Amino acid sequence: MWIYEKKLEYPVRVSGCNPNLAKFLIEQYGGSDGELAAALRYLNQRYSIPDSRLKGMMNDIGTEELAHLEMIATMVYKLTKDATPQQLKAAGLGEHYVNHGKDLYYENAGGVPFSVRYIQGKGDPIADLYENIAAEEKARATYQFLIDISDDPMVNDALAFLREREVIHSQRFREGVEILKEAQLHKAYY
Amino acid sequence: MNDTVQAKPQGYYESLFSIQAVEFTLLDLSLYLLTHPMDAAALQQYSQLSQQLKELTRRFEDQFGPLTHRSVGPNPPYGWVATPWPWEV
Repeated sequence: MWIYEKKLEYPVRVSGCNPNLAKFLIEQYGGSDGELAAALRYLNQRYSIPDSRLKGMMNDIGTEELAHLEMIATMVYKLTKDATPQQLKAAGLGEHYVNHGKDLYYENAGGVPFSVRYIQGKGDPIADLYENIAAEEKARATYQFLIDISDDPMVNDALAFLREREVIHSQRFREGVEILKEAQLHKAYY
Repeated sequence: MNDTVQAKPQGYYESLFSIQAVEFTLLDLSLYLLTHPMDAAALQQYSQLSQQLKELTRRFEDQFGPLTHRSVGPNPPYGWVATPWPWEV
């Protein structure tokens, strides 16, 4: 089970109302390489992967992704809560507003709803780990693109934190590949 | 509805940030320990910071309210809904 802690993993501050930036950030909420996709992917893969260490990796990193999803949601909420419908429209969020009001929605920056087709659980440890390494690297690239396009240094501080976490997660999954290789060698010799 | 975000009391953000910093270190160490379970220095650091987090959390919750359901106190108002949500602070 999970226990909710009434705080963010890392502080999220914004300089002010900025629906233009919020629209871009939604990519990491419900986009193909976003935090929802990551959390659902790892938490689903944890059951059948061999080795307690690899299960721990899927379980714990999947859980941390939920905390990242909450950070992105907080950014979007804070950047849009004071925006008028006209400001949302000017930012390209008019379609979002007429369908969802000020609620968030699991969609990408282009407004395409989240699809579970973004993610895979192959039931094959090496395939799953490589998928996850790729997912972390794609998310890292997306955070870099968001930082490049952002005009809010306070948001960039939290985005840089999230970018660094992708690096760490990728590193852990790469170590997971080494654990599998060792197991293979062990089998070959005995 | 009482949705107005109140100004935070003195020391709120500092106290919260000290918890976030220690808890983040613990989280990152816990991922590291998945693949380095025999690293005695990391285990030692984990154990020490866990104690530190308990103390920081106790102090924060005494002053500003519960961070989890399990630390809600017996007296009204029900603390879980009496304090702001993370996206409001």
